[in-house]
Amino acid sequence: MTKPILELKNIQTVVNRHTANETKILRGINLTIHTGDFITVVGTNGAGKSTLFNVIAGHLPVDAGQIFHNGVDITHTSEEARTKFLARVFQDPKLGTAPRMTVAENMLLATKRGEHRPLFPRKLKSQIPRFTKLAATMNNGLENRMNTATGALSGGQRQALSFLMATIKRPDLLLLDEHTAALDPHTSRNLLKATDERIKQDHLTALMITHHLEDALKYGNRLIALKNGQIIADVSGDQKEQLTVKDLYRYFE
Amino acid sequence: MNLIVSAIGQGLLWALLGLALYLTFRILDFCDMTVEGTFPLGAATAVTAISHGMNPYVATLLAVLTGMAAGLITGLLYTKGKIPSLLAGILTMTAAYSVNLRIMGKSNISLLGQQTLFSSQFLKSLPQYFDSVFVGFIAVAIITLLLVFFLDTDYGQAFIVTGDNLTMAKSLGIKTDTMIIVGLMVSNGMVGLCDALIAQNNGYADINMGIGTIVIALASIIIGEVAFGELTLTQRLMAVSLGSIIYRLILLAVLQLGFSANDLNLISSIVLALAMMVPRLDGLLNVAHPILKGVRTHD
Repeated sequence: MTKPILELKNIQTVVNRHTANETKILRGINLTIHTGDFITVVGTNGAGKSTLFNVIAGHLPVDAGQIFHNGVDITHTSEEARTKFLARVFQDPKLGTAPRMTVAENMLLATKRGEHRPLFPRKLKSQIPRFTKLAATMNNGLENRMNTATGALSGGQRQALSFLMATIKRPDLLLLDEHTAALDPHTSRNLLKATDERIKQDHLTALMITHHLEDALKYGNRLIALKNGQIIADVSGDQKEQLTVKDLYRYFE
Repeated sequence: MNLIVSAIGQGLLWALLGLALYLTFRILDFCDMTVEGTFPLGAATAVTAISHGMNPYVATLLAVLTGMAAGLITGLLYTKGKIPSLLAGILTMTAAYSVNLRIMGKSNISLLGQQTLFSSQFLKSLPQYFDSVFVGFIAVAIITLLLVFFLDTDYGQAFIVTGDNLTMAKSLGIKTDTMIIVGLMVSNGMVGLCDALIAQNNGYADINMGIGTIVIALASIIIGEVAFGELTLTQRLMAVSLGSIIYRLILLAVLQLGFSANDLNLISSIVLALAMMVPRLDGLLNVAHPILKGVRTHD
């Protein structure tokens, strides 16, 4: 078994602490993610999937428990510092790209994820051939719009760009938060296919939230189901191959 | 002719204010009210220092530094104190009023008989009002070049994306709080420079000289955008300066119609309001379309 790249130990989060509305969101999450894992995450609304992602990304503080990256405790490491090894693609196409900046400018920003940004000229032109080649791998015409402001792109192109940006500098862990949910079925399928190819080709480690159960079964080598802030199922390898949609429905009851 | 030269000179000097606000208002998407306090603050600092015998260049630099300090305070109130941007600016602006009175000791200081940036032999040898055109042009050119360089660096790009998409900027590891504070400091430092120059050109500092300055700065930005349309970032910065000059020429025209200088703030607001409503009016009245159609060969 490969070594864990990320470990969550008994993670708990609470909202509205010390008020009448105090609610536990995550109730003791234990999860070990190994290098090369492609985990699909399923669960009902309110199960804590997005909270789990926010906790991993450092966007939300934990109320109890610890997070380790390559064995180093990062529980209290800031969101900015975690971007050195972690990349995200959001569900909302508007969140992942800067609307007034061009496709190439957005990609250039992403190549320096988590790095110090000095007061030196950015040298955009010399990178454009490389960016154009990368954009062409998405098969949606993005490569012809390198100098277009991303605000003028279609939702599918924006999400494809967000995905490219998340992987342009190899992350140790890639978080995909329903990144195809806002797209039409055809565009969604294409982006998922491209996602899967890229993850396999680069041997990336990824977590992908999806409400589409067929996708949860089709992609990835491992599946976890969340319910009421706990992991109620963690299936991988052959066992996952044998899962059916019917099996998954049980996790939602 | 003299009046037009004077208007161009004023337009260039005030263009620095427009450029300063462009950084916060347009790039950071932060409506920074601090400016109304920083404006007299820079003037008060420069004029008081000069009247105590300080070298005018050093006094101008001092005005830049006090402006940056004001920007720092607004930035800290907003990012660390979580006070809404508009209110954070108003707090600093209001506090600055008292600070300005403390610095000046009274509400108006004259620079009569003092050495200023405008006292050099060369500037005095120029025809009337050409001194402000010369100084304004040099200052605007240097600041514009510095901004163009800055915004094209990796750091500058991180600054731009902070204003364009905060969530994404954070997810790329950009320290957005720092970017906002730096932006406010640079912007208010530029305001400090602008008002130090204007006070030395006018020959006095007055406690009330900040009133209405935001509207003037926004007017130059909006007029520049309305007049020149879709532009690259570098061209946009230049459009702000041209917008500032156009604004002064509009004011000049209005004053020629018989309005008095007391009406200036009213006129400024009307000019800005009209400029901001152009896209809306355009939709209602469909004015621009036939005009553009006449200019373009193919539609």
